[in-house]
Amino acid sequence: MAIFVDENTLVVYQGLTGSQGKFYGLLNRDYGTQVVAGTNPKKAGTDVEGIPVFASVAEAVKETGANVSCVFIPAPGVKDAVLDAAAGGVELIVVITEGVPAHDEAWFYNKLRRDYPEVRLLGPNCPGIISPGKCNIGITAGHIAKEGGPVGIVSRSGTLTYQALYELKTNNIGVTTCVGIGGDPVPGTSFIDCLRAFEADPETKAVMMIGEIGGSAEEEAAAFIKAEMSKPVVSYVAGVTAPPGKKMGHAGAIVSGGKGTAAAKMEALADAGVQVALNPTEAGEKMVGVVAKL
Amino acid sequence: MDLYEYQGKQLFAKYGIPVSAGEVATTVDDAVAAADRVGYPVVVKAQVQVGGRGKAGGIKLAANADECRTHATSILGLDIKGHVVKILWIEQASDIASEYYASFTLDRAAKLHLGMLSAQGGVDIEQVAAESPDAIARIHVDPVDGLDEAKCREWVLAAGLDAAANDGAVELLLKLWHCYVAADCDLAEVNPLILKPDGKVHALDAKVTLDDNSVFRHPEYAEYDATQVRDERETAAHEKGLQYVGLEGYVGIIANGAGLAMSTVDIVSQVGGKPANFLDIGGGASAEVMTGALEVINNDPAVRSIFINIFGGITKGEEVANGIVEALKRVSIDAPIVIRLDGTNADEGRAILEPHLSDTLQIEPTMVAAAERVVELAKSRGGK
Repeated sequence: MAIFVDENTLVVYQGLTGSQGKFYGLLNRDYGTQVVAGTNPKKAGTDVEGIPVFASVAEAVKETGANVSCVFIPAPGVKDAVLDAAAGGVELIVVITEGVPAHDEAWFYNKLRRDYPEVRLLGPNCPGIISPGKCNIGITAGHIAKEGGPVGIVSRSGTLTYQALYELKTNNIGVTTCVGIGGDPVPGTSFIDCLRAFEADPETKAVMMIGEIGGSAEEEAAAFIKAEMSKPVVSYVAGVTAPPGKKMGHAGAIVSGGKGTAAAKMEALADAGVQVALNPTEAGEKMVGVVAKL
Repeated sequence: MDLYEYQGKQLFAKYGIPVSAGEVATTVDDAVAAADRVGYPVVVKAQVQVGGRGKAGGIKLAANADECRTHATSILGLDIKGHVVKILWIEQASDIASEYYASFTLDRAAKLHLGMLSAQGGVDIEQVAAESPDAIARIHVDPVDGLDEAKCREWVLAAGLDAAANDGAVELLLKLWHCYVAADCDLAEVNPLILKPDGKVHALDAKVTLDDNSVFRHPEYAEYDATQVRDERETAAHEKGLQYVGLEGYVGIIANGAGLAMSTVDIVSQVGGKPANFLDIGGGASAEVMTGALEVINNDPAVRSIFINIFGGITKGEEVANGIVEALKRVSIDAPIVIRLDGTNADEGRAILEPHLSDTLQIEPTMVAAAERVVELAKSRGGK
């Protein structure tokens, strides 16, 4: 099994007619993802290499049964695109676009939670999600992932996600699902959402979690792991030696209350029983050790 | 993007928030002329984007033109925690009955906006937060609902300001909320927010951070961008569209992706080196991008060796290798380079690099080995 997406997932690409949307939409189709539709209000009725284009996600869902949307719309249009997808009836919206204003993210995150509570949002500014061998949505190079299991990956960083997939493949370890949650201030899907899903997924036996400095998502994940996870977790947090950012005002410091540094995150994770690596290679090595004992 | 106090106040004024009348000056003569127009007494305030200006002698009261001249002379050119004062803000002095603290920012954990208001304003608000958190009244605002007057009043009453300040605070905070949303602020902070003896509530300071991602709907941000202080290395990188942060060390770093770049900085430090920078060249690794990155690194005199750390995903190893080979033809680099190339078609990429390898262009199979090698090379060339 995989989490969130699998071989039955039908995907509509919002922005399929743009250069990025077309490039990755077709790459995802080549991987084996069921790319069933695209949207563009101005190009409804046309197609992109055989993929039909509709005016809205609602129409695409009605005509093709799409249940997941992938957004490649430029940042100014993401807010409307997310609402179009939610209203259109998909279960999961994957927003690849980077550079979305924080106020927009906060707005559509809360709008979805209120008006479309069943819809899952992933991103913005994320590499996407891949259940190797089954479905690849987004900008991950599919061949760097080995299919099967027993490891699930959740990551805030794009290139480090690829690095993790690659290190596991090099060590002949398969991945059930790899979720890139993105590093933006208001990620639609959190570490905890993914950890909970991996904990419930019978094929996932261990989880690799890749964090970054800033925010308190890793600390919250650590609390969840301590309280609710039975499966082993290996973690790496990037930015151990990052210099403290230029600080403006006091609000940020008051809100974070000392959280946010890599050291604080690593300490919280270690305290939750997580094996904490100092670099991505070591994380791969630690996971090899964990998998050997499963 | 952080604004100077004067820019923050000008922004506040656009949204009807009461701020002191004032003018910007960059010379002593201009400062005195501005003070004459504003009317004495005035406050001469250093414009630097760092806290602790007052304690460093960057804020002074002037009762007349002579005092203004004296203070402007001492403050212009003053070094405040590494920030040299080039701009002064001359504003009308205010009588203060009480000082408060107010701000709006995003609470990432709650995924809601957060307003904070305290009757104990002034410079030590972080100490207040740590020692008596109850002294700060907090309100979470759902971005879909926004902040209405009733909720705002409830929040103000919870903060326990002087009774005389309540009506003025509600009015000012509703305007501050509007400014925070409409101008796409990451932070809109007033410290101190003051009650004057005449009962008026007034923003005596302004700390505003704008969200760089919202530039597309704020053409007016361009004028703020023009006044940003960046070091020379950062300016050069910014012009080439590269994500660059200057650090204090001697190992130049080029990586693709922010996470990998951060990780490279970590690993160089872990093996005993000191990174000179963080540089993320993004997804591709074309000759143009690699040339630009090498130029930026090469212009940093502190750099003793260079670590190119690339993971090929969609971008294949051959393309990365060709980009590096081509870039090295265009830029003459003094410092030795160590490459770590992994990911898609890494073997093909390494084969392309093979004939070009030398004492000054080396390749290592892993991140750790490459980091150790690049630090060793830097140290042999005087890096400490």
